[in-house]
Amino acid sequence: MKTIIKYVLLDLLKNKIILVYTLILAVLAVSVLNLDGNPSKGLLSLLNITLLFVPIITILFATIYFFNSIEFTELLLSQPINRKSVLLAEYTGVAVSLSAAYAAGIGIPLLLLVSGTASLILVISGLLLTLIFSSLALLIFVLCRDKTRGIGAAIITALFFSLLFDGLLIGLIYSFGEYPIEKMVLGAITLNPIDLARVLMLLQLDVAVLMGYSGALFKKFLGSAAGSIFAVSCLLCWMIVPLLLSVRVFNRKNL
Amino acid sequence: MKHPYRILLWAILALLHGRTFATVIKVHPAAGSIQGAIRQARPGDTVLLSKGIYKEHDIYVDKRVVILGEQYPVVDGQGRHQLFIITADSAVIQGLQVQNTGISSLVDMAAIRVQEAGYVKVAHNRLLNNTYGIYLQKSHHCTVVNNQLQAQAVDEQNSGNGIHAWKSGHLRIQGNHITGHRDGIYFEFVTQSDISDNISVSNVRYGLHFMFSNDDAYTRNTFSGNGAGVAVMFSKRVTMHGNVFKDNWGDAAYGLLLKEISDGTIAGNLFVKNTVAIYMEGAARLEVKRNTFTGNGWAMRMQASCSNGLFTENNFTGNSFDVATNGTMMLNTFRGNYWDKYDGYDLDRDGTGDVPYYPVSVYAVITEKIPAAMILYRSFLTNIMDQVEKVMPSIIPDQLKDDAPRIKKWKL
Repeated sequence: MKTIIKYVLLDLLKNKIILVYTLILAVLAVSVLNLDGNPSKGLLSLLNITLLFVPIITILFATIYFFNSIEFTELLLSQPINRKSVLLAEYTGVAVSLSAAYAAGIGIPLLLLVSGTASLILVISGLLLTLIFSSLALLIFVLCRDKTRGIGAAIITALFFSLLFDGLLIGLIYSFGEYPIEKMVLGAITLNPIDLARVLMLLQLDVAVLMGYSGALFKKFLGSAAGSIFAVSCLLCWMIVPLLLSVRVFNRKNL
Repeated sequence: MKHPYRILLWAILALLHGRTFATVIKVHPAAGSIQGAIRQARPGDTVLLSKGIYKEHDIYVDKRVVILGEQYPVVDGQGRHQLFIITADSAVIQGLQVQNTGISSLVDMAAIRVQEAGYVKVAHNRLLNNTYGIYLQKSHHCTVVNNQLQAQAVDEQNSGNGIHAWKSGHLRIQGNHITGHRDGIYFEFVTQSDISDNISVSNVRYGLHFMFSNDDAYTRNTFSGNGAGVAVMFSKRVTMHGNVFKDNWGDAAYGLLLKEISDGTIAGNLFVKNTVAIYMEGAARLEVKRNTFTGNGWAMRMQASCSNGLFTENNFTGNSFDVATNGTMMLNTFRGNYWDKYDGYDLDRDGTGDVPYYPVSVYAVITEKIPAAMILYRSFLTNIMDQVEKVMPSIIPDQLKDDAPRIKKWKL
């Protein structure tokens, strides 16, 4: 398995896309943080970049990569290696290189220029999002037979989580605004990894706002250590469950 | 003036023997009592308390005497009694440690009570663990300076205020440090008084509380970590200058709460990290000028019942929401403020933006209606909504705007 991971990593390095991705993230991070004297504003812009671009780039890149290396995968499977380790090795290779890109591009400038808990949380949520969306890409890869359909599914997934879900949620909140819906909203949030990451970060930045009135429940729950652990474990579930599902599907798949 | 020469003679004698007029009566905790010494004293005398613990209570100061402590002698109410009751004009209490009044539901237990007296001075005392620290009732021209008040209040019902003034006038309250009471300083029907350079920290309810108190001023005070910083209610012509409102953080916490007040000025204050920096309801003809609002949840929550206010030359930076309101009507004027969220342009380079700034964001309006929507704050969707609203305002109150927003921050 280690050898396969090594080959995947080398292949990605040759690819250079990861390097360009790192560079773009680094340029964005440094410029955003230096642009404004107010570090919390820079942090917010980086949060927006993380929530908007990281998921879509990760899922697209990973899906395309998995489909492109399908021949390599088939070649490996002709050898006496079990399917699970091939798939997980490919995932690890992609996820590790994308995470490294994020850590180097956003993490290092951020922690150097604005060190603090908020920055750390932002980097952690960015890394988790990278892992989650690579794992969703893997699921898309094993579920879809051809590349076009796969890329389409990836785009739809990313858009759904970054935009459509929130739209639906705000619709829901609007129509049931008269009822005590806080708990339900809290439950709904766990269905979207991007929202979970955002809320985790929000508690670091805008505690004041969340603390007012009905925000009290959110604050009480998510602001406590237990809440943060809950959010992080939900995010981990978002990574692990698609991964296990894809292994399951891949094991039974007729190649 | 029957015998002018005799008065002159007395005066000369007095100069020769200062003791004739102002004797110093020394009290030691082992021998003698404070009350006894006061009884013995004549107006103008000094009662000097030596270091030690005095377990006396209900000490009536009914003469013009100076009660002076040496190295903070302790007067202890043992959790049951009131301590000093001053009824004489021009009495002075200085340098004592007055403690443990206890709690009663019948009487407002006070460590030092000034009752219908004038020109009383309470200075440099330590007041520890009292229900009420200094209680002024129907008094005038009193001075309360440089005292330290400390209590461990837990709830509003079983606690009292640090400095409590009722039906008084011309008070000067300066340089006190108040912590752990219900309200740090409480004013009810108090007029023409001055509160300055105090530090009011971690009180259960308000740092400073005005009720029905007109023509007062408070300047250069610091209010931090209280339930709410300052509440000004039902008062007229209150001046608030150069204060710091800090870390009033939590559910329903405010830096400054204004309710039914008129003709006040709020100038040169600093509001940092409050959940709501200024909350106003029924405030009329206020002038809010040259203040700094930074890092607050809401810089201002202004109910539609406020009118004729002028908000100018303020700096708004790093607040989650600049202004929130509950209606569409707006009878106040915003002009020439600096807003860090302003993204207009200044083509003629005169330092003011050419397009108006709308300080109420869409999301402030939405969460005002449905607080649960706060969970979606800062998501991509809400950013889109903000942009759409900027192009075509439909949800935000379009009358609430700053027509001449500053491009550069004011130097305050």
